[in-house]
Amino acid sequence: MAWFTRDKPSVSTQRGGRTVKTEGLWEKCPGCSQILWRKTLEENGEVCPKCGYHFKIDAFARLKLLLDGEWVEHDKGLRSTDPLEFFDAQPYKQRLANMESRTKLPDAAVSVTGTLNRRKVNVCALELKFIGGSMGCVVGEKITRAIERSLAEKTPLVIVSASGGARMQEGAVSLMQMAKITAGLMRLDEAGIPFVSVLTDPTTGGVTASFAMLGDLNIAEPGALIGFAGPRVIEQTIRQKLPEGFQRSEFLLEHGFLDAVVKRSELKSFISRALDFFAGPVT
Amino acid sequence: MDSETTKAPEQPAGDADSPWRRVQLARHPGRPHSLDYIERLVKEFQELHGDRFFGDDPAIVGGFGLLEGRPVMVVAQQKGRSTKQKLHRNFGMPKPEGYRKALRLMKLAEKFSRPVIALLDTPGAYPGIDAEERGQAEAIAVNLREMTRLKVPLVSVVIGEGGSGGALALGVGNRVLMLENAIYSVISPESCAAIIYRDAGLAEKAASALRLTAADLLHLQLVDEIVPEPAGGAQNDYDQAAALLRDALVRSLDSFAAASPADLVEQRYDKFRRMGSYFTDS
Ligand SMILES: [Zn+2]
Repeated sequence: MAWFTRDKPSVSTQRGGRTVKTEGLWEKCPGCSQILWRKTLEENGEVCPKCGYHFKIDAFARLKLLLDGEWVEHDKGLRSTDPLEFFDAQPYKQRLANMESRTKLPDAAVSVTGTLNRRKVNVCALELKFIGGSMGCVVGEKITRAIERSLAEKTPLVIVSASGGARMQEGAVSLMQMAKITAGLMRLDEAGIPFVSVLTDPTTGGVTASFAMLGDLNIAEPGALIGFAGPRVIEQTIRQKLPEGFQRSEFLLEHGFLDAVVKRSELKSFISRALDFFAGPVT
Repeated sequence: MDSETTKAPEQPAGDADSPWRRVQLARHPGRPHSLDYIERLVKEFQELHGDRFFGDDPAIVGGFGLLEGRPVMVVAQQKGRSTKQKLHRNFGMPKPEGYRKALRLMKLAEKFSRPVIALLDTPGAYPGIDAEERGQAEAIAVNLREMTRLKVPLVSVVIGEGGSGGALALGVGNRVLMLENAIYSVISPESCAAIIYRDAGLAEKAASALRLTAADLLHLQLVDEIVPEPAGGAQNDYDQAAALLRDALVRSLDSFAAASPADLVEQRYDKFRRMGSYFTDS
């Protein structure tokens, strides 16, 4: 929870797995240290063809990967009021404006309706580049509205997480978004409408401790950092180095918290088959 | 019970209303902890242990008893006072089995139509290897969802430190109260200061920026009521602090006496659904 949330995703720099595309024509793979052509990487869905390392991708790339083509975006106009009038290195309002001009997104979530192998679905994708994908009241409201839309239309919901947790700059208002979203998910659960949670690198804090762990299916991409507390906080608390692979997707699978670890190239067909199972084939 | 009598505590320095002073009071070594309140408010309290899966977490205490003659289930985060007790209670930082025990007891209360009182007082959920292995995030997430559909009244009270998701995991109440000098925040002032000022020593400044006092939370419409404390803080008079809490609890529970299970679920949903602060830019 953002007890431990950092302003920027800490993992990418640690492992060198920068999501930000460099201007260069090649990139070094953090998984196998091979030098890869940017073009090859792009053609392979930002997955290393040598070792399978999954590079981070942005929210729109994610939607392209999962949806058939066109989609309708919802609630694009939602903006935070800055309820705390928060000020750090810069006023929070200014930070939001800067983030918007850099990412062309008003906040850290994109909410759309589209089709996935011809089935109508609502999809929310978090954008890690926007203040670490953190959840403030705009993310909370967008996801809650997507849940309500799924309820009203009996449409399956997919949420793709990439987030450091609740957003510090909105204080306890961010915290309560966890309760607000899970209340919505309770209704979705009672109505028997499928919710698939996709956890990508990284998913931590208040996002993991709310909707990301509450899917009818919780599935993750390989090698994603997934946890409640961030690794650095745990190391500081227990004063020892964490074991290799701790809090990675495979670790969570082994400990029983994921239904499956699914490669990016197989994600769409996996979700499609799951929704066929839950809701019957598309007619 | 591990409540221990305290020596006359010194008063924290600073402006009586400053957020930092509230932080110090919320964490005051002499401040009454959950069991101090339970001992004074819940007659014939019977503690119940274990999550039925892994173990019993001493950082969360649960059990049943009578509040002014009303049968209630209590689930509470418990800190220790002596060094030994602090270690035993893991400094009030629950592990997944603690959250799962709390949920088990809430469901047990629901089965027999008894209301639940939750006392929140934790620096946060425990950030450790074992806690992660056993699904700290999943345990908190499931508690949040299951509380939203609990068919009996749930009154949550932040009595000291409301440390982020670890506190909220008991906090999705029909009514949420906060003691006058309690704090509730998404991040500790120290961690916040380390991030924004690169200096944990500037926690005092961060405490103001985070708007974590009871008055702030009430103003932000995230809690329903502030429970007054004895002059100078709850550490000065446990009995009076408990009596003030008793009044607020009884009033809260009685306000739901006529509510149907469906009403309770809907009221709780609507209350949390409204939380947020956004506008639409066209
Ligand atoms: Zn590689």
